[in-house]
Amino acid sequence: MSQQTVLFDKHIEAGAKMVDFHGWEMPINYGSQIEEHHAVRQDAGMFDVSHMTVVDIKGSQAKEFLQKLLANDVAKLTVEGKAMYGGMLNEQGGVIDDLITYFISDDYYRLVVNSATRVKDMAWINKQVTDFDVVVTELPELSMIAVQGPNAKAKAAKVFNAEQNALVDGMKPFFSVESGDFFIATTGYTGESGYEIIVHQDKVVALWQQLLDVDVRPCGLGARDTLRLEAGMNLYGLDMDEEVSPLAANMAWTIAWEPQERNFNGREALVAQKAAGTLHKQVGLVMEAKGVLRAGQKVSFKDSEGVDQEGIITSGTFSPTLGYSVAIARVPRSIGDSAQVEMRKKFADVKVVKPGFVRNGKQTF
Amino acid sequence: MSNIPAELKYASSHEWVRDEGNGIFTIGITEHAQGLLGDMVFVDLPDVGDTFDAGDDIAVAESVKAASDIYAPITGEVVEVNEDLEDAPELVNSNAFNDGWMFKIKADDVSELENLLDAEGYKATIDED
Repeated sequence: MSQQTVLFDKHIEAGAKMVDFHGWEMPINYGSQIEEHHAVRQDAGMFDVSHMTVVDIKGSQAKEFLQKLLANDVAKLTVEGKAMYGGMLNEQGGVIDDLITYFISDDYYRLVVNSATRVKDMAWINKQVTDFDVVVTELPELSMIAVQGPNAKAKAAKVFNAEQNALVDGMKPFFSVESGDFFIATTGYTGESGYEIIVHQDKVVALWQQLLDVDVRPCGLGARDTLRLEAGMNLYGLDMDEEVSPLAANMAWTIAWEPQERNFNGREALVAQKAAGTLHKQVGLVMEAKGVLRAGQKVSFKDSEGVDQEGIITSGTFSPTLGYSVAIARVPRSIGDSAQVEMRKKFADVKVVKPGFVRNGKQTF
Repeated sequence: MSNIPAELKYASSHEWVRDEGNGIFTIGITEHAQGLLGDMVFVDLPDVGDTFDAGDDIAVAESVKAASDIYAPITGEVVEVNEDLEDAPELVNSNAFNDGWMFKIKADDVSELENLLDAEGYKATIDED
């Protein structure tokens, strides 16, 4: 039985084509995912992300618990409202999920985790929490709208009240503030500026309509995927999962090694992987010729000793901003600045770059 | 519901065929098919002069979502391709049955047309999906 968000009727009203997304009926597009993509790069678009899971972590040992649960260190969060991205790892160092942690106060943190991994995430968190003085609360009654694009903040300002506008004025990326009906965060999954707004489900339809009224364009999961891929952001289940080390998924920057005595889940495994030096790494691929790189395609190259090496594309797409195909791949570390991808019985030459292709409307490689 | 023009013939693999007279047939993909594929980003067309048997893969329609083979609905020689698709593959989305045409084939044997579906028959196949 598939679930619907409270915004289901608004999606249909806007002409959405609905698809199943891990048990949720979600809009894939409202006509053209490419036009929606451009709206976010050039103006402002919004996404219903109410299927995502909000989990509040409260209690006197909230901080200690999250220091064990997450590979990044919540002790780095010292200013109220500050947010942090990182992985929740298993003992083998595999990624159970990637998530954002918001620091609300010393005994109160908020996590936003993926919907596709909700069940296993909650099982893992509840299993880990037993030794801590912490209460874990899932908040399915909360909805979420991401408003993204160069004009997103200006348009959202027309919807916020005076107090909210005063609070978000000058707010840096990866911060949050709660005011009135909204929990407003300067986070997102597009490589553009904007907000993710968490709101009670009873108020989300009104917020959606207000944003529509100030010409924020509804955008579906199709555009969300091309935008995040251009921004070089991982998609859980494709670019990494429980079998993949964060060190092989461009997430090394999210691992806080110091202080050394912080014994987070997966630490020992990561230390061993690092010492072995055999992990693959994540790269970006660019193909300016005709065709589209796709997840699952093989990436081959010869290393400096002339030995054949092979990796794999974990996500690929046509980049609407650049006008050609880009991909994220996991490959042996010996890769140089070019490789070949086997696609439709032919080998195509690709450029190898850092993962990440477009930010704030501009090419980044 | 998608538009399915009554004057065209159809393959169950979602190509449409228009009789231009003198054994020449224009071929494209249906409105229903473009809807399934989503935004088109490249169309890889055959070369003029190439010959194909009915059922051969003759072109590739690549959308943001997936690459799909287009099959030759009839046997013959390619006599023209829609060069506008090079710069404007989205014509396949916006106007599948006219400006979004893909190529023209001179048929070896026009009786092969009898193997194709009429509009009603095609509608029945997509209603099953």
